[in-house]
Amino acid sequence: MNVSITVNGKNYTHDIEPRINLAQYLRETLDLTGTHIGCDTSGCGACTITMNGDAVKACTILAVQADGSEITTIEGMAQNGEMHPIQAAFKEKHGLQCGFCTPGMVMMAVDILKNNPNPSEEEIRHGLEGNFCRCTGYHNIVKSIQHAAKTLND
Amino acid sequence: MGNFIGKSVKRREDARFLKGAGKYTDDIKLPKMTQSAFVRSPYAHAKILKVDTSEAERSEGVVAVFTAKDGCGEYGVPCGWQVDFKNGETMREPKHPLLAGDKIKHLGEAVAIVIAETLEQARDAAELVEVDYEELPAVTNPQEAMAQGAPKVHEDWEDNAAFDWCIGNDRAEVEAALAGAHHVTEMEFRNQRLAPNAMEPRSYIADYDVNADKWTLYTSTQNPHLIRLLMCAFALGIPEHKVRVVSHDVGGGFGSKIYHYTEEALLTWASKEIGRPIKWTSDRSEAFLTDAHGRDHVVNSKMGFDKDGKIVAHLTDEYCAMGAYLSTFAPAVPTYLHGTLFQGVYTTPLIHLNVTAPFTHTVPVDAYRGAGRPEATYLLERILSKGAREMGMDPAEIRFKNFIPPFDGVEQAGYQTQVALQYDSGNYEGVLKRGLEMLGYEDFRKEQAEARKNGKLLGVGFSTYIEGCGIAPSAVVGALGARAGLYEVGQVRVQPTGKVSVFTGAHSHGQGHETVFAQFVADKLGIPMDDVEIMHGDTEQVAFGMGTYGSRSLAVGGSAIIKSIEKIIEKGAKIAAHKLEAAEEDLEYAGGKWTVKGTDKSVSFGDVSLTAYVPHDYPEGLEPGLDFSSFYDPTNFTYPFGTHIAVVEVDADTGAVDLQRFIAVDDVGNIMNPMIVEGQIHGGVAQGVGQALLEEVVYDDGGQMINGSYMDYAMPRADDLPMIETDNTVTPCPHNPLGVKGAGEAGTIGSTPAVVNAVVDALAHLGVTDLQMPLKPQTVWKAMQN
Repeated sequence: MNVSITVNGKNYTHDIEPRINLAQYLRETLDLTGTHIGCDTSGCGACTITMNGDAVKACTILAVQADGSEITTIEGMAQNGEMHPIQAAFKEKHGLQCGFCTPGMVMMAVDILKNNPNPSEEEIRHGLEGNFCRCTGYHNIVKSIQHAAKTLND
Repeated sequence: MGNFIGKSVKRREDARFLKGAGKYTDDIKLPKMTQSAFVRSPYAHAKILKVDTSEAERSEGVVAVFTAKDGCGEYGVPCGWQVDFKNGETMREPKHPLLAGDKIKHLGEAVAIVIAETLEQARDAAELVEVDYEELPAVTNPQEAMAQGAPKVHEDWEDNAAFDWCIGNDRAEVEAALAGAHHVTEMEFRNQRLAPNAMEPRSYIADYDVNADKWTLYTSTQNPHLIRLLMCAFALGIPEHKVRVVSHDVGGGFGSKIYHYTEEALLTWASKEIGRPIKWTSDRSEAFLTDAHGRDHVVNSKMGFDKDGKIVAHLTDEYCAMGAYLSTFAPAVPTYLHGTLFQGVYTTPLIHLNVTAPFTHTVPVDAYRGAGRPEATYLLERILSKGAREMGMDPAEIRFKNFIPPFDGVEQAGYQTQVALQYDSGNYEGVLKRGLEMLGYEDFRKEQAEARKNGKLLGVGFSTYIEGCGIAPSAVVGALGARAGLYEVGQVRVQPTGKVSVFTGAHSHGQGHETVFAQFVADKLGIPMDDVEIMHGDTEQVAFGMGTYGSRSLAVGGSAIIKSIEKIIEKGAKIAAHKLEAAEEDLEYAGGKWTVKGTDKSVSFGDVSLTAYVPHDYPEGLEPGLDFSSFYDPTNFTYPFGTHIAVVEVDADTGAVDLQRFIAVDDVGNIMNPMIVEGQIHGGVAQGVGQALLEEVVYDDGGQMINGSYMDYAMPRADDLPMIETDNTVTPCPHNPLGVKGAGEAGTIGSTPAVVNAVVDALAHLGVTDLQMPLKPQTVWKAMQN
């Protein structure tokens, strides 16, 4: 099937198998390997991207369902080599260790802060419920998102 | 402290990870690369009657299908540790085949590999491989595996024992002391089986180059050189120098990526057969079935006390599951990484641990973050708190009564335990005192009493742990059954321009070595951090190495680098002396230059570096170049310790546990980067809390895993945890140059018993004396009703 998807501001048209999910499409067809696959039951959130501005687990969507949509992946966050304030906050607050869940965490943080620019700790933790991290105990991820909120609001 | 040591320097690794530019194995694509899928057994124990691959072979895009009949790996993957029976009988060591031939011994064991042009084609074709099985009865519980008539995992022996083992004082002496004790506390429990669940599933690409007659294996491993050694010398019998193992970014390991897995060897073998690269990436369902698990001990323990609450004796019998085959480090985990910690931080005069390690029809069990030490700590800290309660003592008080007094390992000697080890340095009461201050213990007890009046169930739990890290002195572990040395290698190559490339055999999979190692190298050489680059994870770059596990990277790997730096400074002094026309012994090295003592005459590191490579005016007889490699073999383990305190509230109606506070005071010796140490503690604590409250791999009686997915296996999510309150005391390690002890496993080792003790404390007035992990609401609620 033919799909036309805008990813990180660039339009792509491909003829793809209908069973390919969006995470596989991003990784295998577009070589955007920053979107990670950590499970096969939509439980880990490592593949979180934004689709038309909302966070979505890319493994829960077939690529053909994304036809016509605007996708942002982790690769689209930095502008002109400068990290987005959320990315910078993760570095500042040591919100990552092995880095595997990180793209999904950052993209989820985009969604959390878009809908709630001043989230409480509890709201951040609730917002991260769909994303596993096995390294940080979430402590510094929460701090990173708090720090990002502050930077974005200043 | 220097310019960088001791500072929370932000990580260099982060930019690539945050931009999605990390290079994990599954991110790599090679020209002509094929994909693969495994056909795995749906039974835990079965005879393989027939395997028909003909339809799969005809399927679209299929390149090859291999089964055990194709001669892959005559030898199987080896075990790296040998623990013989108490009676002298050699450890029973079954062949661990790359593909199962006649018999299936655990759920998910591979029967065939299907290689195709695309992953979808490989998976489709794998569905077409027909296997006829005859299902057989299975045993998954290690105690039941030793019962009369239990189904046998391996037919070659009369029962399922892989080995048995004991440590400590004479059993009869310990039993006699227990018989004469004022009070004896008993516990029986299962330290449940856990799935490590690194977020990056295992991934391998094997690439045979027919023209060079060389293999490259890209693998998500914690120790590339060890994988190369085990695979070449044992699993495949291929020349080690013809194999390059590369492990770029690795998405967490927690032990599960130490071991040499069958898939690594099989892909390497098959790549030569088909003459093309092959990739395999585990999906999460396969990871649950095939990544080595952790824990799974059935424990029966007695601790005796005198009337003042002093421990007089401790006796324990355990059944510790090995799984269907012996994984790389498996025999070491319930023995030398476990029994040797039974002294804890207490002066217990008599200790005996007896271990029986049976095969079970399950995936192999091996080291998972902490490895044997969390199991030891869990037992000690739970039984001590239980004993205190039974004797009407305060759990903090009983600990103060039993602590080994402070010793620095320099002025005061190390502490000789009853279980082989000699602790290096410690101040155990110091960490508990600090923890109690942070908690506000007296106020908490008042608040707890007040809350109880209002039907609120608050509890506090303590754990004062020690761990043996910095693994390990080779001669010691060799005497204990290790088939490898556990030194580390560090090479420091000074470039002509004075820039420094460091090659380490340690491997980072989240620990931040590229940052931390550069911090101390820059400080020791007195140069900017930007002038130092850290390289790891490639056997053709790094001379050799034993990898990262057992909180060893800085204590052992860092020490190897320090040795090379010392050699650089020593040789540099000869060049500097020549340039300064001074005697070598009159020079001192500081701030990046050699200075003639008491003068302002000096020559810089950069000048000396250039001279070493452009040796026109040069000391006679001295070799050009400034490049040293060192092996560092530690003289002892390191012994980090700490106090963890949990505060919980239990919902009186549902039994749900709310972890309200978690306090961790850890002493990991000198600290290079406090931010990274704190992060290690946070993550470790989360995993330990996971075991206490949520996690358990459940096999049913037939050996089916009933919770092998993220829909069913509960791991801590962000809203299961509070902010973690951390602090440190610093008792330097006296026997390594940086004075460091290691921080990777502390969180996991200390936290689990603190949480369970807290929940028991919350419910004690209802008559609850013990609880079995994980403390699911149902488990807790049932205990409250009884």
